[in-house]
Amino acid sequence: MVKAARTGADGTLGRRNAVRALLKDRGDLLVVSGLGSPTWDVAAAGDSASNFYMWGAMGSAATIGLGLALAQPRRPVLVITGDGELMMGMGALATIGVQKPSNFALVVLDNERYGETGMQMSHTAHGIDLAVIARGSGFRTALTIGTMAGVTSLARVLHRKVGPVFAAIKVLAGEDARVLPPRDGVFLKNRFREAILRKADSR
Amino acid sequence: MARPRQTRKDGGVDWPKAVHRVLRVADIRHIAFVPDAGLSRLIDLCGADPAMRLIPLTTEEEGIGVLAGAWLGGERGVLLMQSSGVGNCINAFSLIATCRFPFLAIVTMRGEWGEFNPWQVPMGQKAEAALKLAGVVPYRPEDEASIAPTVDAAQKFARDSDVATAVLVSQALIGMKRW
Repeated sequence: MVKAARTGADGTLGRRNAVRALLKDRGDLLVVSGLGSPTWDVAAAGDSASNFYMWGAMGSAATIGLGLALAQPRRPVLVITGDGELMMGMGALATIGVQKPSNFALVVLDNERYGETGMQMSHTAHGIDLAVIARGSGFRTALTIGTMAGVTSLARVLHRKVGPVFAAIKVLAGEDARVLPPRDGVFLKNRFREAILRKADSR
Repeated sequence: MARPRQTRKDGGVDWPKAVHRVLRVADIRHIAFVPDAGLSRLIDLCGADPAMRLIPLTTEEEGIGVLAGAWLGGERGVLLMQSSGVGNCINAFSLIATCRFPFLAIVTMRGEWGEFNPWQVPMGQKAEAALKLAGVVPYRPEDEASIAPTVDAAQKFARDSDVATAVLVSQALIGMKRW
């Protein structure tokens, strides 16, 4: 896959359009969304029992996706999170790089901001390059994407089990209307397990 | 499961071997860990078991996410860490509490029994209280022979009642760290 050109300090892609394109033909894709805007973006693309939405535990989206990918090696797993959320647990990239699950992809919607707290600049606004860090952490593919063509191409890669794949999609720092999925954690957990295991209960 | 009675040549209990057997019988496959000297033999035993996968972490809270994700996918795991790692997990425990994920940790203690390193004392002394504040039920086996049966009770409790549990293994049981 060709590395797309960076678009500079501000991306030109709308985050909702990017997520919608990633999930358009999702098939058996399992999705974990990081807290804040990525959770609203995934919900806006259409609620699904195969989505596990986070509303907190910042920094945990990538590792939840890792555990899920290891337990469900036949299903493609996609984590969609933000730059601030990922950077709170950046060591997870190295932990994923050790395990190298081929069915795992991590997409960062990088608006270079902390969008839920007043649009303060994040580290990526200062030139920190997440794709370079992911590549150095053992991801098989690590990209920065700035165009819709790049997103569409990435959507196809998600199903090919060529991971771990990392992509930072540079998106506009605007605010979209909030689309809120269910927030009850027990409900989300049991609904997800019922959908993929046909059982919620452990016994 | 029967109480494991595995003994060493010197007559002591081989607790890592007994705990490994408990984990295997319980179908616990994901062994997420940050190393500790007191856990090294258990980590080696799990690493040599083809039914188990070692998941080395850069920091302990990663293990919370990994084990929650594995459970979403229908599999079980355990987090192995030293007491100093408990503090690293605090905010991530909100994931376990909010979603009521079953959770099992085995924590080897520092900073409480003939400790030679004062930097280990603050977190070691507060690890159990911190776990309780975070909603994790701590267990304290009283002798080496009861470590494995305690892990077995804790894993059942976690799985069947959707609770978070941690077995705290004291330095008094596994020996002071020699310098």
